[in-house]
Amino acid sequence: MASKTPVSLRALPIGTLYRGGEGMWTWVLQRITGVSVFFFLFVHVLDTALVRVSPEAYDLIIATYKTPIVNLLEVGLVGAVLYHALNGIRIILIDFWKRGPRVQRQMIWVVAGVWLVVMIPGTYYMMIHTIDALFGSTP
Amino acid sequence: MSSSPLAAPRSGTRTKQRSNFELYGWLFMRISGIVLVVLVLGHLFIMNILDGGVQRINFAFVAGRWASPFWQVWDLSMLWLAMLHGGNGMRTIINDYAERNQTRFWLKMLLYVSTAFIIVLGTLVIFTFDPNLG
Repeated sequence: MASKTPVSLRALPIGTLYRGGEGMWTWVLQRITGVSVFFFLFVHVLDTALVRVSPEAYDLIIATYKTPIVNLLEVGLVGAVLYHALNGIRIILIDFWKRGPRVQRQMIWVVAGVWLVVMIPGTYYMMIHTIDALFGSTP
Repeated sequence: MSSSPLAAPRSGTRTKQRSNFELYGWLFMRISGIVLVVLVLGHLFIMNILDGGVQRINFAFVAGRWASPFWQVWDLSMLWLAMLHGGNGMRTIINDYAERNQTRFWLKMLLYVSTAFIIVLGTLVIFTFDPNLG
């Protein structure tokens, strides 16, 4: 097994995917975003359940989602979900794609790139109303 | 069989077939993950960005959406897959970090009960929604 390992791969220390280095930090971030999104999901099912109480109760709780601070938290939520999704696809490619483990480090940069390309316009469109309410000239 | 000193303590430890539960759990995370990428990112795009985003959401908006079986199935699949995917992730994290047997057991019980509660509640809300309420 060891004798068949190409020289270029032997230069890498063993266990670089999840132990130490970037691979470990993507894994740590995967856990943190996962736990955060799970707790939000919990609250979100509870607040949506208010549609069974009354239209007024639901509209009242949804009004908090439209406030500037919660609007900013929504951007954070979308950022967390998007990272979790993109890095999740990276994990699937590492596990099932033949070349996956070899290009796992390059795939981190793809994840970061796609995340930025989606989040920059995404943040703008998510916050148009808040930006307008806080800084806009319209009364 | 052999005269190895390790033979005696080893024998009889694998009488029962080992469960493949963790393998199926690992596979479920990947399959549900791919489906959730579409369901959740689609949901976030529609709710937060499209056509005025969160500012346009109210009871009437929900009523309009759930009038369509397509969005009912979408939301129901998302609820079940996301709660099971998240619940299994939390189970893994509890197993990793809660070192005392008692702590691990009770944290997982709390997780299972609350996860089941949210799945049942969300399912009931989707199936019993009344657009003419109030």
